[in-house]
Amino acid sequence: MSFISYLINGISLGSIYALIALGYTMVYGIAKMLNFAHGDIIMIGGFTLFVVMNTLGLPPLVAVLIAIAICTALGVIIEKVAYKPLRQASPLAVLITAIGVSYLLQNVALLIFGANTKLFTSVVTVPAISLAEGQINISGETTVTIIASIIIMIGLMLFIKKSKAGQAMLAVSEDKGAAELMGINVNATITLTFAIGSALAAIAGALLCSAYPTLTPYTGAMPGIKAFVAAVFGGIGSIPGAFIGGILLGIIENLSKAYISSQMADAIVFAVLIVVLLVKPTGILGKKINEKV
Amino acid sequence: MNKTTKSNFITYGMVIAAYVIMQILVGTGSVSSLLKGLLVPLCIYVVLALSLNLTVGIMGELSLGHAGFMCVGAFSSAVFSVVTVDTITNVAVRFTLAIIIGAIVAAIFGIILGIPVLRLRGDYLAIVTLAFGEIVKNFINVVYLGIDKNGFHFSMKDSVSLNMEEGSKVIINGAQGITGTPKNATFTIGIVIILISLFVILNLINSRSGRAIMAIRDNRIAAESVGINITKYKLMAFTISASIAGVAGVLYAHNLSTLTALPKNFGYNMSIMILVFVVLGGIGNMRGSIIAAVLLTLLPELLRGLNDYRMLIYAIVLIVMMLFNWSPKAREFRDKYSLKRLFSKKNAQKEEA
Repeated sequence: MSFISYLINGISLGSIYALIALGYTMVYGIAKMLNFAHGDIIMIGGFTLFVVMNTLGLPPLVAVLIAIAICTALGVIIEKVAYKPLRQASPLAVLITAIGVSYLLQNVALLIFGANTKLFTSVVTVPAISLAEGQINISGETTVTIIASIIIMIGLMLFIKKSKAGQAMLAVSEDKGAAELMGINVNATITLTFAIGSALAAIAGALLCSAYPTLTPYTGAMPGIKAFVAAVFGGIGSIPGAFIGGILLGIIENLSKAYISSQMADAIVFAVLIVVLLVKPTGILGKKINEKV
Repeated sequence: MNKTTKSNFITYGMVIAAYVIMQILVGTGSVSSLLKGLLVPLCIYVVLALSLNLTVGIMGELSLGHAGFMCVGAFSSAVFSVVTVDTITNVAVRFTLAIIIGAIVAAIFGIILGIPVLRLRGDYLAIVTLAFGEIVKNFINVVYLGIDKNGFHFSMKDSVSLNMEEGSKVIINGAQGITGTPKNATFTIGIVIILISLFVILNLINSRSGRAIMAIRDNRIAAESVGINITKYKLMAFTISASIAGVAGVLYAHNLSTLTALPKNFGYNMSIMILVFVVLGGIGNMRGSIIAAVLLTLLPELLRGLNDYRMLIYAIVLIVMMLFNWSPKAREFRDKYSLKRLFSKKNAQKEEA
């Protein structure tokens, strides 16, 4: 029975990774850059919620909406200021800039809120479910996280398949030059991608801080890196891949915490990444891209 | 003497001059104890910056796992020193052996990681090296290693499960790390190691192999088509870089009496801090790395009040440097107002007149 509850907790953690990984994978697919600061946008979302709920005393749903708005704006601003001028630069330069942005966000949060751990009040009000005569308990956070991530994932797939903006995203990720010739506004599309990715990060932040109710300026860093691992695991650039990768990673992490060693769980997750990249460098659902001279 | 040799000698001369000046200042007693305590860490950071610059600047790949190699070098050499502290009494011999062991172990890890991983490029390589660094740090925190007359005992649970006989010694005590490492690292040894690393790297750059490595960096496919063995040369640069980082770890381990693997000293924050040195000093420029490492370590210490803002300033420096170097507008601005251009304009006007 305990195996099943570990598994369910793993799926819940995995759903959070999946939400973050969706943002990573969309940005990577379109801008071909690793947005290292993505994890820290989660942290900013968490702090926004904390301030809005505790200081202003607004209800959780309003707070989540405000956090989404702030994170979206932040994502768009970061893209305009730091990444847009570097479209033609070498990938190394863009990656270093992204690391710089990540550090900037962490340290601004550190200066404003201090290094002390903040206790976060859960935004979820759904009651816990008890199954099999109380042997399996599923918390409200777990239920909401899993359902929310499934809804978001389906919504995102529909958006990309059915809407014009979504089709433009696909086109830009396939071939930027050709997309521009077909009359697609490439810059606007990239900005939209960053906006969606950051909004997802805000939701992930709300769910993450509800499930693990502590908040520091470094809260987002590790989940961010793990979500990137999840995106690579599932095949970067692929939306279902990010989802599957996230869920699998959450399950692996929780099961190794339960059965092997809680200290080694992170190491096991990273070891899985290395093995996956060696066996299948493009990930589970990734496409192989041939390089031309 | 050609231009490169001259430039290399300026770099060596700069290090030696800095050493002589510091020694005179220490001799006359005009150096505060704070600065004295910083001398060995300064050498460690310079060596790390040189090592990472070999990977980033010459090989053109981003490694975020240099703290991992440093960690490996630090712990392997510290284990050696703690075990042999009673048997090898000659400090010079023992420390030299410790340095060699640290370099070799880090190099072995460089090869083990490099063979599979150097097939990946760009972001993937960066994230895998980052993963490697985190794995090393996590792993060291759960390792227990002890020694008694039957030999070494190893466990991943706790020090009791080592099952040792009486008169035993616990060397690595899990998260508490290694205690009792002899403090052998001195400023002079640090400078010697900087000079050796510089010598190795500068000679590598100007050798046939170094030119092959840079050819791969500039155009992998073209380099492959003229018959350069990509895996071999990349692995070579990566291994050398790893072993130099390992030596920096040896210095680090022998500068403290307690060695623990914390996120602060061996986490990816450390790797990123070294990256800041390399980027600020100029990617691919060894002299720049040395100057940047020294300045960025000294500045926050000298301006104590700035310490809270240190990482913030680093972050801004990283972003601004990249924008300044790469953004089309900044490039235009630089071309317009660069000193070279202004001078040549003046000359041109003179000629016209």
